[in-house]
Amino acid sequence: MTTKIITAISELRKKQPRFRGLESGHRACLGCGEALAARLVIEATGPDVLVANATGCLEIFTTPWPESAWRVPWIHSLFENTGAVAAGMESALKAQGKSTKVLAFGGDGGTFDIGFQALSGMLERGHNVLYVCFDNEAYMNTGIQRSSSTPHAAMTTTSPPGKERMGKRHLKKDIVSIVAAHHIPYAATASVSYPSDIRKKVRRALAIDGPTFLQIHCPCPLGWGHEGDESITVARLAVQTGLFPLIELERGGLASAMPIRHIRPVTEYLQMQQRFRHLFTDEARAKEELEHIQAIADHNIEIYGLRGECKDAFDSEGMDTVRRGGMRWA
Amino acid sequence: MLQALEGSQAVAQAVALCRPQVIAAYPITPQTHIVESISKLVADGKLQCEFVSVESEFSAASVVLGAAIAGSRAYTATSSQGILLMAEVLFNIAGMRVPLVMTCANRAISSPLSIWNDQQDSMSVRDAGWIQLYCADNQEAVDTTIQAYRIAERTELPVMVCMDGFILTHTLEGIDVPTQKQVDSFLPPYQFARQLDPRNPLTLGTLVSPDFYPEARHSHHQALLNAQAEIVSADQDWFALTGRKSGGLLTIEGPEQATVAILTIGSVLGTLRAALEELPPGQPVKLIKLRSFRPFPKETLKAACKGLKDLIVLEKAFSPGSGGIVGLEALAAVAELPQPPRVHNFAAGLGGRDIPLDILPRLLAVLEEPDNNRFRIIDVDLEKLPLADR
Repeated sequence: MTTKIITAISELRKKQPRFRGLESGHRACLGCGEALAARLVIEATGPDVLVANATGCLEIFTTPWPESAWRVPWIHSLFENTGAVAAGMESALKAQGKSTKVLAFGGDGGTFDIGFQALSGMLERGHNVLYVCFDNEAYMNTGIQRSSSTPHAAMTTTSPPGKERMGKRHLKKDIVSIVAAHHIPYAATASVSYPSDIRKKVRRALAIDGPTFLQIHCPCPLGWGHEGDESITVARLAVQTGLFPLIELERGGLASAMPIRHIRPVTEYLQMQQRFRHLFTDEARAKEELEHIQAIADHNIEIYGLRGECKDAFDSEGMDTVRRGGMRWA
Repeated sequence: MLQALEGSQAVAQAVALCRPQVIAAYPITPQTHIVESISKLVADGKLQCEFVSVESEFSAASVVLGAAIAGSRAYTATSSQGILLMAEVLFNIAGMRVPLVMTCANRAISSPLSIWNDQQDSMSVRDAGWIQLYCADNQEAVDTTIQAYRIAERTELPVMVCMDGFILTHTLEGIDVPTQKQVDSFLPPYQFARQLDPRNPLTLGTLVSPDFYPEARHSHHQALLNAQAEIVSADQDWFALTGRKSGGLLTIEGPEQATVAILTIGSVLGTLRAALEELPPGQPVKLIKLRSFRPFPKETLKAACKGLKDLIVLEKAFSPGSGGIVGLEALAAVAELPQPPRVHNFAAGLGGRDIPLDILPRLLAVLEEPDNNRFRIIDVDLEKLPLADR
């Protein structure tokens, strides 16, 4: 008896069926981090969900009437009310005695900025909703304008570098800490470059009866200025430099942080992206900004304890745990 | 059985009789007593529902939208600034054709800040695509609230029940509160065809290209026009059940042969009714009360105005830089008559200014004036203004 070795990816996929709530064929750009992250989230939740989606790329590229890429019940109402629409859906299901989970999807604009009040209200009132923020660090849907999630010194169309400016002047808002300060049961960050970590965190959030929050770092090749096939590399570097720490917070307290096996200098992450290209000149102010960004990363590594403690780097509780299903460091 | 109830309490009881499953609201004067009364009904276990105390009117409207879409009958109420803050959601609810009922306790809009009654708030969102029904008294507000659910759920259009703030919301009247049995026989359990359900996943609120947008707007417009039949039949069926009418699309009272009519909207009808009794005989005047402002019952109004020489439109809102709102629409409607009446349009009672009984002789006196078709705020006191503003 011989065993057939499967090589084609499509064949492999058939052997490993997962629920597909977001179908292919939608209109996202090549290498879109948000599309991948949304697909991963829905794969992990399964079909028994209702989704409220904020205005943004995800809404636009998945639902050009009369087409839809969604195989789960899905509603888009407005930009800034997703937290409240989800709260209403959850209240209705509760009144009907149903256990279907409500998901709220928003970008960083809809979450950090314009929809922040509705999100805060939803968290404070304790609605049983998993709010997922697809964080690509700017208003990509309207053509790359700065949001309060845009990292310091990044170039956007409303934070352009020039004689008087070095990109965005302000810091990236620490949304997960603000969300966690509502003392909700679970708030976490994730990166699209660590898929099984996303799945694990989604499953964890789904198991909780109460408001939960997941911020997923998603590269936008168009807005960040890198090739579509570099999205995963770029996203991983954000984590490996300490600029985007992967953490979990329970009831407002830090519950875990994913240690970094090899800490990379921030320049490795920044130089892959056109939005930071003005930092790579001989100007003193450019060097100063690079040092500033390195200091932000160092600060994250310090406060979240991201330095891997284990002796064997390759077998530590680091990134490679993801390849084993992300169960080790939970 | 008649009960002495404040307008707000009466509306709260009417809402409870409709068995809503989700209520979301944010307090604002003069709507506050409605949500307070509902909160108490919930706290006392007299109303089983999810009461969501939201952080803004914007979220109140969004929560009831989510609830209705997820298959529950829902309710909210607001006033004034609250309705303006909701405005974006109101358009969205109507465009998505979601059946919801909201009470608007009519109040003036800032600035200058005024907590008192006029109808600038609901008039400002007249193009949101909601059905708007205006109540003349608290019994009408109770009955209209219940009818509104049936109209909304049959037409898949949201209904705004407008009642004058303070004048109605804070006034104690004898109210015949219907029984639960009556309401249950009138209003079937909530059903929404496009309900979000994992067993039948639908995508709602999609992006629409120019290829489809005008068609969506057309069917929305058509649905509102067609809703006139539902508004009438809901009132007729309610009459058959309770013996009370709430005024269909509009009502006409007064002597048939009258050639002068006053068209009003809301609670000022009561004042005019009383004023009419004090009018010396020989000056026959009709009163037309517009209950449905959206849809605007053009044909019914035309029929009501047939044979009139003068139509006086008295309203509690206007469009600055233009003039009356109801007046302009009435003018457009009666212009289609072979012998249209002259239309005289006035605003009064803005920001809660009392409309006394002598409003009627004042209105009628204008008919004798040379520029009697010029829109104006009839009770303005020009003496209080600098010369340049008069």
